[in-house]
Amino acid sequence: MPKWEHIAGLLGLITLIVGHYLGLFWAPPERMMGDVGRLFYVHVPVAMFAMLVFCVAFVGALGYLLTSRMEADWLNEAAIEVGVVMNVLLLMLGSIWGKPTWGVWWTWDPRLTSATVMLLTFVGVILLRQATQSPEKRATWSAVATVLAFVNVPVTYMSVKWWRSIHQMQSTPETVSEPMVFVFRVNLLAMALLMTWFIARRWRIAKHRAMAEAPAPLPPAPQVTS
Amino acid sequence: MNVIRQTFEVLRKELLVEWRSPARVSGLFFFALAMLLMVAFASPTEGILRTQAGGTLWISLLLASTRSMDQSWSTEMEHGAAEGMLLWPVEPVAIYYGKALANTAILLAVTVAIFPLMVGLYDVPVRGDLSMLAAIAVMGCAALAAPGTLYGLITAQARGASVLLPLLMFPLVVPALLAASRGTMVVIEGDPMLQGSSWLSLLVAFNAIHWSLSGLFFGRVLEDG
Repeated sequence: MPKWEHIAGLLGLITLIVGHYLGLFWAPPERMMGDVGRLFYVHVPVAMFAMLVFCVAFVGALGYLLTSRMEADWLNEAAIEVGVVMNVLLLMLGSIWGKPTWGVWWTWDPRLTSATVMLLTFVGVILLRQATQSPEKRATWSAVATVLAFVNVPVTYMSVKWWRSIHQMQSTPETVSEPMVFVFRVNLLAMALLMTWFIARRWRIAKHRAMAEAPAPLPPAPQVTS
Repeated sequence: MNVIRQTFEVLRKELLVEWRSPARVSGLFFFALAMLLMVAFASPTEGILRTQAGGTLWISLLLASTRSMDQSWSTEMEHGAAEGMLLWPVEPVAIYYGKALANTAILLAVTVAIFPLMVGLYDVPVRGDLSMLAAIAVMGCAALAAPGTLYGLITAQARGASVLLPLLMFPLVVPALLAASRGTMVVIEGDPMLQGSSWLSLLVAFNAIHWSLSGLFFGRVLEDG
């Protein structure tokens, strides 16, 4: 059992606790939104990593289609499941932010809508994986469906620029004060470590499951002695 | 025989099958008509029907299209016909484009039949440019057929196909559904701001992405199936 992924996970959890402490008690309140703005330190890293993890799933899908190696399919499987969890978290955090700032839990804003469509497309891929027993079919179908679903990821990212609406545009270090950038980066690092841990663990589960499903090797042929 | 010729041969075969037994087109037409009527029964006022006409039309076509894609492949799965398809002296990409074009044509036939009925039933005054409406109809049907034909092949071999196809297809075609519904509505109501062309552009972009990606991966799905 490799220790590096557990070290990444442990460091991720510690960084997450430190990042949340800094975000809640050390960083200054946001000028317009006050303490509600502190959700920025959780919501934005979750949003960034939901999309990045789907990029990993896309890489796994392309990897399988090009090489037919099952390792790439396990990466695809791992990243889609982690990405879906992150996407659900993203929508929940967005709703919690939306209520005090916009006055509603939900609105049909292009960013919210495209993030929901992104979630549904990848949930479809997870369901598709369960629709066959054959590992080869599962890997091919999943890879193709992932590539098609991935079209929504850049659309979701660009939605705030293409359709200007109620959701604010992406922040940059130039638009955010220095202490806030520092706390944001601590939380970003925590999320990166945790995502590495989650994907690595899920990849290993997929590998062990595939090995358990594989038919047992035939017993060696009996020796014929004259 | 080049790929374009092969594509038209597959298209001809699909349309011939449909011509000899037009159960699918007539079934889809009555399915879409039933949808229009159900929405009318469920709506509290007639005014809502007029303002929602574009959306209702395309939701009906979307639901009908899932039945169409399902049937398009279920006939091939009977008696192992899909395995025979692998032995045809044609490129897999030609099979995909032939079937997707046939599915587009069938959906378009249903659209042409259902649209005047919707105009009459919902009392929708058509004020806009009919050529723009026709372009949106062609692009909208093509947008439903492109991923639907690929996913139809996948789900025809999967467990729970009837539930899986809509689950996979609906989120994927949201941009096309939005563009076709809004485009149809602005053209129906008259289009003084010329918004129809921007919705049409979105449909063209959607089609460009999905017709190329689906065509690219179809062969792999067919061979691994």
